[in-house]
Amino acid sequence: MRVVHYLNQFFAGIGGEDKASTLPASRDGAVGPGRKLASALAAEGHELVATVYCGDDYAASERNAAAEILGLVQEAGAELLVAGPAFGSGRYGIACARVAAAASAAGIPALAAMDPSNPGVPEVAPAIAVNSGEASRHMADALTRMAAAAAVLARGGTPGEAEGVIGGASAGARRNTVSPHTAAERAVLLALSRLAGGKQTEIKLPDFGHVPPAAPIADPREALVAILTEGALVPSGNPDRLESARAKHWFRYPLTGRDTMAAGEFQSVHGGFSTVAANADPNRLLPLDVAREMEASGEIRALHPEYLVTAGNGTAVADATHFGVEWAAELRRAGVQAAILTAT
Amino acid sequence: MNLVPIAARVGAPRIVPTRGIPFPAGDPSLDPAAERAWRRRLLETALVAVSTEVHKPTVFDPALIPAVPARAASAAST
Repeated sequence: MRVVHYLNQFFAGIGGEDKASTLPASRDGAVGPGRKLASALAAEGHELVATVYCGDDYAASERNAAAEILGLVQEAGAELLVAGPAFGSGRYGIACARVAAAASAAGIPALAAMDPSNPGVPEVAPAIAVNSGEASRHMADALTRMAAAAAVLARGGTPGEAEGVIGGASAGARRNTVSPHTAAERAVLLALSRLAGGKQTEIKLPDFGHVPPAAPIADPREALVAILTEGALVPSGNPDRLESARAKHWFRYPLTGRDTMAAGEFQSVHGGFSTVAANADPNRLLPLDVAREMEASGEIRALHPEYLVTAGNGTAVADATHFGVEWAAELRRAGVQAAILTAT
Repeated sequence: MNLVPIAARVGAPRIVPTRGIPFPAGDPSLDPAAERAWRRRLLETALVAVSTEVHKPTVFDPALIPAVPARAASAAST
């Protein structure tokens, strides 16, 4: 079968956010991640004949974008369309969903790959949605699943769980609807309702649970105090490869023998803010210099000889909860009575 | 400063407002001595916070916390 692949401007190699208005266009053959997809499809006897791409802004906001893109897909002689993977990217996911849905409605079997949390998921039907994972580190697995699902579609079958197909609406899934009001009007209406004592919301807020505050310490001068950060401050070179976003790990590093966090010896690998100020003086993230001063003057009894660190940037609540439980256990075991966590 | 409502929303029990997301324990707009004094102020405030009983997310404003007595001794020695 002749397969056409849809990508956004970034994965097509056109450029990043500054190229997000790129108009729909087509190229012969596979581009970027399409190359691995092409070889997997070739093994099943299918040819990736063309790549159609479009800027995310254009694809997600231009009313006729999906129809224009579908036109290019049809021009390329598509017998099957594969879109993405879009991972957690909202605009890209919506574009993949609309293109796949339009192709499917036009009689071209189609699938779109994205994370189950992607706001595009509800728009994929009648095409097939395949789970890509949440970020591009899952690229290889995503492409493998997409090729497997495409092969099933090409045989006239219905891909299922084995091919990573995302099932029906999960609990808490959001559905797109058309409102008679603009976003500004809706915001003002919600604000007026709130001022009148109402509790309306368009998005149900997540439940973070409740942790009872710890009892206060009697006297800091008798306390072992720890300093912690979620600012991704690590030894230069990031030897343990702490993630800059969506961290799955935390680490501990010794403070013994140090009176300050020296520039050049530590760096922040946080992906959510400019780290220039923190790298110029890492005490701005982890206040070791003053903490040592307070230890020497007796304002605290002692400083815990290690600091704990993770990257608080798009961290899943489940992971952050896990880290918090582990940190509390670690500090309690070390006899720490108070902890000061800097948050970025 | 703009993370304070988020910290309260997720239930952080004791919160000390600072001056910028990229430098929670500093302020690059100050000269080094003034920045260090500000960092000391933040930690003094944090020590007051951990010594205070709270039952819900509570903000401890560095500008409103009285200087601890040890501060004078320490400042004289450094």
